[in-house]
Amino acid sequence: MRELTFLEAIREAQEQEMARDPRVFILGEDVSFNVYGSTGGLADRFGLERVRDTPISESGFTGVAIGAALVGMRPIVDFTIASFMYLAMDQLVSMAAKTAYMYGGQAHVPAVFRAALFYNGGLAAQHSDRNYAMFMQVPGLKIAVPSCPYDAKGLLKTAVRDDDPVLMFEDGALWGSRGEVPQDDYLIPFGQAAVRREGSDVTVVAIGSRVREALTAADTLAREGISLEVIDPRTLVPLDRPTILESVAKTGRALVVDVGHKSCGVAGEILATIAEDGFWSLRAPLRRLTAPDMQIPFSPALEKGFYPDAAQIVDAARRLLRE
Amino acid sequence: MPTPDPATQLEMYRRMLRIRRFDETVKTLFDRGRIPGSVHLSIGQEAEVVGACMALRRDDTMVGNHRSHGHPIGKGAALGPLLAEILGKATGVNGGKGGSMHLADFSVGSLGESSIVGSGLPVAVGAALGAKMQGSDRVCLCFFGDGASNEGYFHEALNMASAWQVPVVFLCENNGYGVTTAFGRISRVPDVAARAAAYGIPGQIVDGQDALAVHAAVGQAVQRARDGAGPSLIEAKTYRYPHHSEGPLYDAIAYRDASELAAWQARDPLPLFARHLEDTGIADAATLTGIEQAIAAEVAAALEFAQQSPWPDPAEAHRGLYRTPIAGFDHA
Repeated sequence: MRELTFLEAIREAQEQEMARDPRVFILGEDVSFNVYGSTGGLADRFGLERVRDTPISESGFTGVAIGAALVGMRPIVDFTIASFMYLAMDQLVSMAAKTAYMYGGQAHVPAVFRAALFYNGGLAAQHSDRNYAMFMQVPGLKIAVPSCPYDAKGLLKTAVRDDDPVLMFEDGALWGSRGEVPQDDYLIPFGQAAVRREGSDVTVVAIGSRVREALTAADTLAREGISLEVIDPRTLVPLDRPTILESVAKTGRALVVDVGHKSCGVAGEILATIAEDGFWSLRAPLRRLTAPDMQIPFSPALEKGFYPDAAQIVDAARRLLRE
Repeated sequence: MPTPDPATQLEMYRRMLRIRRFDETVKTLFDRGRIPGSVHLSIGQEAEVVGACMALRRDDTMVGNHRSHGHPIGKGAALGPLLAEILGKATGVNGGKGGSMHLADFSVGSLGESSIVGSGLPVAVGAALGAKMQGSDRVCLCFFGDGASNEGYFHEALNMASAWQVPVVFLCENNGYGVTTAFGRISRVPDVAARAAAYGIPGQIVDGQDALAVHAAVGQAVQRARDGAGPSLIEAKTYRYPHHSEGPLYDAIAYRDASELAAWQARDPLPLFARHLEDTGIADAATLTGIEQAIAAEVAAALEFAQQSPWPDPAEAHRGLYRTPIAGFDHA
C-alpha cells in the first residue's frame, strides 16, 4: 500500500472533506500559502474563500469559526501552534464548548480546531506547549491525538463530520513520519483505542508520538522476555476506558507515557481510572512518565531529557516487574 | 431608508412596550427572589433595540450579550418561553440550561447571548461570513455595549469583517457605563463610532432614544451589507435606568447623578414614540391605550405560562453536552 507522511495524510483528509462537503472550509494564519505544509494545493483547488487566510487574531477567527458553524458551516481552524490556543481560550471554553448545552440544544458547533505540538525543537517556553490535558477539563470539547498517518487521516475526517467541536492535536514529532494511508475514504470512530501491540506483563498507555517510543521499548524488552501491551487511546475525549481496563486486568501493571506535564495531566487521569475501576487486578503500583512540571527551556542541552523516551519506558517497565 | 408604514410603526411601539413590561416583570420576580443568579435589564434602551431589530428580515440573524432580554423580543420572539427560561423552567427557550444571560431563540434568528463581554462580536462576523459563503443575502446584527468596545474582540472582529467585506452590522448600545465606569473615564475618544475609521467602514452616531432614527440608520447599514458592501458600525447613544444588574449591590455607590438619570428619563423612548404616533395621526389615545392593555395581557399570559411550567427533570442536567453522543454521557 502507498505511504504518506503524517502531514500529507492531514492534507489529504482536508482535501477529501472539502470536496465531499461544500460547507467545509479552512481558516487560519497563512493557510493559502501552505507555510506549514498541511494545505498544499488546497487554495488552488477550492479558492481563497474556502482556504481563508486570517489576520493574526486567534480569538477573533476562533469566534468566526463558531459563528459560521452556528449557521451551518463546518470550519476547520488551523492554530498552527498549540501554544497560540491560549489567545483563543475564551472562545474555545466559553463559546465552542458551551454553546450546544447552554442554548439547550438549539445549536451546536461542528468545528475542528487543529493544533500542532512543536516541543523538543528549541522553540522555548511559549511555542512548545503540549496542552491537550487543559482542554480535557472543559466539558463539551472532543480531543483527538493521532499517533500515525493512518489515524491522522481517519480521525480528522471523523472530526470534520462530528457535530461537536473537536480539538485535534498533531504531534510535531510525527509530522514527517511515514505510514500506510489508503487513498479512499475511511473514518476512525472516536472513543476506540488501538491496541498497538499485545502483551502480557505491563500495559503501556502512550499518547501521540509516545506510542512509537513505547513500541521501541517493547521490542527491546521482548528480547528479555518481557511483554508490553501498548495501547494508543487515539482520542482523549472520549477516552476508551474499557480497553485500558481490560488490558490492565490482563497484565496487572500500568504505565502511562505522555509528553504533557505531570500534574493534573492525561497520565494522571488514566491512572485514576485504573485506580478506581481496576484496582483489584493491580500487581504493582501505577506509574507515569511525563514531562516535568517545568517550563520548556530553549537550549537543546536544557530541553534534552524533558520527554519520556523508549529508554525510560524500558527502565520503568523493568522496575514495575520488580515491584 | 423610507419611514416605516403606519402598521410597522405601531408594531415598533408594541415591541418596545413588550420589552418594557417584560423587564419590569422580570425585575418584580427577581426582587421577590424568584429568579436565580443575576438579571440585567434594558429598561430605557427599548428604542434602539426595536429600531434595530425591525430593520432586519425574519431570516436575518443576530447576536446578543448579557443585557439581552429585549433582543429576541425585538426580533419577534414569543414571551412565554423567554420568561420561562429566565425562571429556569423546562419550557424555557433553552430548556432551563441558559437563563437570563443566554437567551437564544433560533426560530427568530437569535443566535444566542454571551455574557463574556465582547465575545459575541467575532461570532456575529462568523454567522455573517457563513451566510455569505452559503450564497444567501442574510445579514447578522451584532449587539454589544460600550464596555465591549474596549475588548480586543472589538478590534479583531471589525478588522476581519472589514477585510472580508462580511455582511454584519455592529450596533453599539452605548448606555454610558461599563458596570459603574463611565465610558469617558476609560476612553479618550468620546464616541465608539469614531473607531470605524480605523477599519475603513462607515461609523455613525444615532439617537438611541429615537426608534425611527435607529431604524433608519440600521436599515441603511443592513441594506449596504445585503448588497455586498460590507460591515458598518452604528453607535446608539442610550441609557439604562436600572443599574448594571439587579440587587442592592450598586444602590449605595454614587457612580451617576440622579439628575443625569432624570434627564434621560425626560426623553424616555416610550412616551417619545407614543407622542410621535399621535402627532402624525398614526394612533390616537384610544389606540395607544388598547395597545397598552393588549401588551399587559400578553405579559400576564407569559408570566402565567412561565410560572405554571414544570421544572426541568434533574436528569436533563446530564444531557445535551454533545450533539454526536459519546459513551459515558447521557443524551436526549
